[in-house]
Amino acid sequence: MDPLGTRSRPLRERLPLPLFAALAAVLPLLLSNEYYITVLIFMGINVLLVVGLNLLMGYTGQISLGHAAFFACGAYGSGILNVRLGWSPWVCMPVSLLFTGVLAYLIGKPILKLKGNYLAMATLGFGLIVEHMAVEWGDLTGGPSGLSGVERLTVGDWRFYTPGIRYAYLVWAGVFLCIVLAQNLVGSRIGRALRAIHGSEVAAGTLGVDTARLKLQVFVLSAVLASLGGALYVHYLGFIAPASCGFVYSIHLVTMVVVGGMATIWGSVVGACILTLLPQVLTFLEDYDILVYGVILILMMLFMPEGVVRGVLAAFRHAGAKVSGLGGAGPRAADGG
Amino acid sequence: MGEPGPGLRTGGDVRTVLSVEDLRIRFGGLIVLDGVSFQVRSGEILGIIGPNGAGKTTLFNILSGIYRPTGGRVLLEGEPVGGRTMHAIARRGVGRTFQNVRLFGNMSVLENVMVGRHGRTRAGFVHALFRVGGVRREERSILEASRKELEFVGLDELAFLPAAGLPFGKQRLLEIARTLASEPTVLLLDEPAAGLNPRETEGLSRTIREIRERGITVLLVEHDMELVMSISDRVMVLQNGRTLCEGTPRQVQDDPEVVAAYLGEGF
Repeated sequence: MDPLGTRSRPLRERLPLPLFAALAAVLPLLLSNEYYITVLIFMGINVLLVVGLNLLMGYTGQISLGHAAFFACGAYGSGILNVRLGWSPWVCMPVSLLFTGVLAYLIGKPILKLKGNYLAMATLGFGLIVEHMAVEWGDLTGGPSGLSGVERLTVGDWRFYTPGIRYAYLVWAGVFLCIVLAQNLVGSRIGRALRAIHGSEVAAGTLGVDTARLKLQVFVLSAVLASLGGALYVHYLGFIAPASCGFVYSIHLVTMVVVGGMATIWGSVVGACILTLLPQVLTFLEDYDILVYGVILILMMLFMPEGVVRGVLAAFRHAGAKVSGLGGAGPRAADGG
Repeated sequence: MGEPGPGLRTGGDVRTVLSVEDLRIRFGGLIVLDGVSFQVRSGEILGIIGPNGAGKTTLFNILSGIYRPTGGRVLLEGEPVGGRTMHAIARRGVGRTFQNVRLFGNMSVLENVMVGRHGRTRAGFVHALFRVGGVRREERSILEASRKELEFVGLDELAFLPAAGLPFGKQRLLEIARTLASEPTVLLLDEPAAGLNPRETEGLSRTIREIRERGITVLLVEHDMELVMSISDRVMVLQNGRTLCEGTPRQVQDDPEVVAAYLGEGF
């Protein structure tokens, strides 16, 4: 046996992607109701943000409590260009992504020197500044009531937004691409260096990893993914308000990363989907929905602190081992990504 | 480029690899290094001893770019590197281990060593995202080189275990393998025998000799006198941030000042 991986990747690693693609292709067809489709679209948008945030937080170990601000940059950026200047959404979107990337670079350069809680505070501050700008700079942003009348995506006469299923495919195609790219990154020398930074920044540095540069690059990437989510959001709804991209949303994103599992891409997909869906499912509880939502979160963290995906896989492995009477399923060193 | 082949050096090679001139560093009012100078020749093992607080680890931290010196120069193969960033110095060929092992506990044994290849490989962020620009080929070369280093320290059987789960002695070896993967010309070992049992220390001693056979220059900070005196070509004694004495193990052990200051009875 050759234990050192000159063999091709195991099925366990190659299977999820085609499975996911099939699911993403079929699921929208099964949802008759436009409302469900909308939920599906929001799920996809959240996946984009959460995958990006997990690259930064779960893999590289750099906390951001202000990620909603980058979502806001994408949504407001693209929306404002469209409403105030009358540019086509197809131009507004890339411009807002570029803008967000440059902004993230300028912000990240100084604040990524901070570590742990201090970085969390700095990103939190940035998030609050952007939130306040959205509220106060009324001439540009529409103020507290939000920016409305944003043009929705069309190609000629063909509308991307109605029926919503078209938009769902657009968003989830983006999600698919995002997952592929993230997997590529994570499985590369860059991905290993990111995790090394998480493990010990000094040790990584003494092995030739340019830690400052890599942290900045992953910060910019996650910011651009967040702004892509924002741009997709605003050109679907035609509307954006400060309430949907403030501090609460930032915390929500971090929660999705943690529930899905730190440093796992599929975990982020699942985490974002579960926590987007859960509040919708719980609405039948009316006033008690927040309460139950909180309790579910607490239970998940108590019983699956390593995240839903790893938790469930471990449970299956455990059950399988009991049934077959064999020991554990071997080392779990390769379960990242 | 290429593999550091064993046994290529001959006795005639006395090239100076590392040259430290009047190195000084202070933290606030505390002077930790107060004008340290020494030279290390290619393929040499230089033992550095001294009481706690003498500045040994601080010296390593400067040599590997973690600290910026307040004064003095560090020349690596004739070029000044003092005050450069960590990764730049690593890429110039200075590798190190840590007194309190700093592995990437969240990664497997093999992946730890693969990170060691970082400074010797090139695929950038965008290349990695899109898997273009020879990423696959490079990945294979990383795997191959890392496997060799794991075999070198005898950890190849444990490649897929989480690094944090290794027994302490093997963690020390893994850290050495990881650093070797970065192809250092100068290897700084910071108390590699601390926490090892006698059998492990003996294995370590063999490993250090083999590292030297590969043509790598070794600086060894260590409290285990038997180990230092048996494998070092020269020994330098630091005390209060100054060089107290320098010479062959024999000379150092016979130096009355050293005996008085540090070694005590029995040497």
